[in-house]
Amino acid sequence: MIRFALAGNPNCGKTTLFNGLTGSTAHVGNWPGVTVDKKEGVYKRCEEPIAVVDLPGIYSLSPYTPEEVIARNYVLDEKPDCVINIVDATNLERNLYLTTQIMEIDVPMVIALNMIDAMEKNGDKIDAKALEEKLGVPVVAISALKGTGIHELMERAYTVCKEERKGRTVLESGALAHLITDVKIALDGQGVKNPLFHSVKLAEQDELEVNEHKDAVKMVEEFKKTFKDDVFGSDFEALIADARYKYISENFSSVITKKNKEKFTSTKSDKADKVLTHKIWGIPIFLVILFAIFHLTFSEDFLYLGKIFGFSSLEELGVDTEAFGGTLLACFYDGAIFSPGVIINNLWNNIIVEYCFGWLINLIESSGMSGWAIGLLNDGVIEGLKAVLSFLPPILVLFLFFSILEDSGYMARIAFILDRMFRKFGLSGRAFLPMIMGFGCSVPAMINTRTLADDKERTATIRVIPFFSCGAKLPILTAVSGAIVAYFGIGNADLITYSMYLLGIVAAILAVLLMRNTSLKGETPPFIMELPAYHAPQFKNLMAHLWDKAKHFIKKAFTIIIASTIVIWVLSHFSFSWGFLEDEYIDQSILAQLSMLLQPIFTPLGFGSQLGAFGWVFVVAAISGLIAKENVIATFATLAACLVASGLELGSLDIAAESGIDAVQAMITATGIGIPGLLAFIAFNMTTIPCFAAVATAKAELINKKSFNGTLIFWLASSYIVASAIYTIGSWWWTAFIWAAVIVLTTWLVILYSKRAKNKLDNNNPV
Amino acid sequence: MQKMLDEFAVGESGVVKAVGGEGKIKRRLFDMGVTPGAEVFLRKKAPLGDPIEVNIRGYELTLRKTEAKLVTMEVKK
Repeated sequence: MIRFALAGNPNCGKTTLFNGLTGSTAHVGNWPGVTVDKKEGVYKRCEEPIAVVDLPGIYSLSPYTPEEVIARNYVLDEKPDCVINIVDATNLERNLYLTTQIMEIDVPMVIALNMIDAMEKNGDKIDAKALEEKLGVPVVAISALKGTGIHELMERAYTVCKEERKGRTVLESGALAHLITDVKIALDGQGVKNPLFHSVKLAEQDELEVNEHKDAVKMVEEFKKTFKDDVFGSDFEALIADARYKYISENFSSVITKKNKEKFTSTKSDKADKVLTHKIWGIPIFLVILFAIFHLTFSEDFLYLGKIFGFSSLEELGVDTEAFGGTLLACFYDGAIFSPGVIINNLWNNIIVEYCFGWLINLIESSGMSGWAIGLLNDGVIEGLKAVLSFLPPILVLFLFFSILEDSGYMARIAFILDRMFRKFGLSGRAFLPMIMGFGCSVPAMINTRTLADDKERTATIRVIPFFSCGAKLPILTAVSGAIVAYFGIGNADLITYSMYLLGIVAAILAVLLMRNTSLKGETPPFIMELPAYHAPQFKNLMAHLWDKAKHFIKKAFTIIIASTIVIWVLSHFSFSWGFLEDEYIDQSILAQLSMLLQPIFTPLGFGSQLGAFGWVFVVAAISGLIAKENVIATFATLAACLVASGLELGSLDIAAESGIDAVQAMITATGIGIPGLLAFIAFNMTTIPCFAAVATAKAELINKKSFNGTLIFWLASSYIVASAIYTIGSWWWTAFIWAAVIVLTTWLVILYSKRAKNKLDNNNPV
Repeated sequence: MQKMLDEFAVGESGVVKAVGGEGKIKRRLFDMGVTPGAEVFLRKKAPLGDPIEVNIRGYELTLRKTEAKLVTMEVKK
């Protein structure tokens, strides 16, 4: 099949054009070796079907970002039949800079002059014909948004792709023209493909080229000795970049007729920006937007109407929530109107998932299979799937909001506002968003780290995302802190919950600081980026985005995640003699036996061997939390039933209560664990390996296998350290001094280490 | 009068004279259009004073002061 590649700057309307061309045929993959989306689709309205590949958005073909290398290698090595270069007409100068580079490659090309409608709206005019004559490449004016000119564009490209095209450079008259021609002839003689492109890149002394054409480099070096420019000296890279921009501004200012002659005008977008990045109001506005997103996604009292007007709950109104109508109503309202995110979540989990799987569960139960097979299918496979699929609504809703922020251009402003604060930790302002998303769910948060350019920064961010306690960890916090207050009669449950959230944030900051100074050391990535003009996000683009994410997540749910849940189920329902165990006999299971073996490891954390006979329950709960953090409290309820079956006296506790507070109190009664141990248990769950869904996402996002393994070790180590610090300090206050000493010593060692590393570097590269 | 871009006040404009630094950062500045002769207008500073936002070649570019320090400017009267 004929293949066309779309190339252009970020924010030039490339995605909109791609979606318009390919529609439902589009699918997203990954470019090999990097986490940059590779989008492919088919255009069917030409004589023959045409495959369309969307290259990453780039400003240049230099080798500094993975995106640039991908685009460059694709055009050079995969030889598409035509390159469609999308140029934003409202930002002609910088967009043509990339065009002048693509032109140098021996590949047929067409220029799609986009955003013609926006331009005309401003009263400006652009002469596409004149542009075509000057560049020597077909130019088609289009509006990707409205779909005008798209078919003509593809027809032109289809005609052009049948002919061969030789690269052309705009550097012909420049000071380096001689050098470029000479090197080109030499490369041509060696049979190198795309001699012109390579010769220009060699003149720029581009890293990738210099390694590939060693003998041609000598020609450049020789030439360099004889050459001296007044402004640039012998900095050829600067000279060439400058020559390209000079050529563009000399030739193309006449192509555009601007209605408003003023140089630095204020557009609508600038006016909006004045407010949104205002000196004083910028940060408060950002906080309000952030709060609104979380409120719309997670709040069970929309706009606090329930609290303000004192609505009655369904029970008080006498609605039967067991009947279908009542269940449906309970998805929208119960003492308060729910937020849209919660309503979607309820409809999905309580209606769709519950009824579909409920039917399946009944079918399996009445099938007459043996007890263990029913248990495996129902409790292992289906309940596992349900647990994972229940994440889908909050993930998608959060993702929708953040896609809106990204597409509207506000995301770049968030980075702009917060960069200063984050640089102190060795991160850029962009890292803030994925971290804050972690409070909702780690999965979309980790996927969102793709907006970070630097690999080490990404790894560090992915690692600390679980520390921002997600929605599924909240039940652990409320149940355990509720039990502490109820059982010991001291403290305030809300206060404990908040302090635990705070603890997670502090742990994240310390961990990032430590990593950025040791194992993930690297310079703070440069922050030189475009602030795109604000525009309304495209509904079609948003939906395409969401659909990709949903597909991706469901695929994961049915593979890695389900396999893992089955393993845990088998371990908790079989004894070492391979006999099947009902839920109540979990204490005889392989999992319980293993937990008893592992128990001593948790002694420094306060829920290990010191707890006596039933101490292993906390270990079992923590392990089951690896599937999904919701399981932790659910496991306590199961274990409590098991303890009751073995004769434990619980008094008036209702172990099956949904809040889990009583189940945790049952654990306290059985084990005699103290407050420090319980707090350490919360902290352990917050900072340890997150759920399977998040682990699978981390694995997909960290292409490098070593950094994924390092991440698992990091989670284990950090949770162990944080929890044991809490337990020991809580039990013996004077151990705080030991921990303080350890922290001071570590800081000192890190400083020493970075100094030595720096000296070593300086010695190797004497200035 | 010449001064570095990071010393510019909001509302000030000028022309790029030279770009220092090396490697990745310098190349990035060039690719984004910060080359000698380009006109720059300092539109605003972030709420915490850094980074800065400039209008260059008809679009909005943001960069940190440490990077702006590499750009020598001729101030426009």
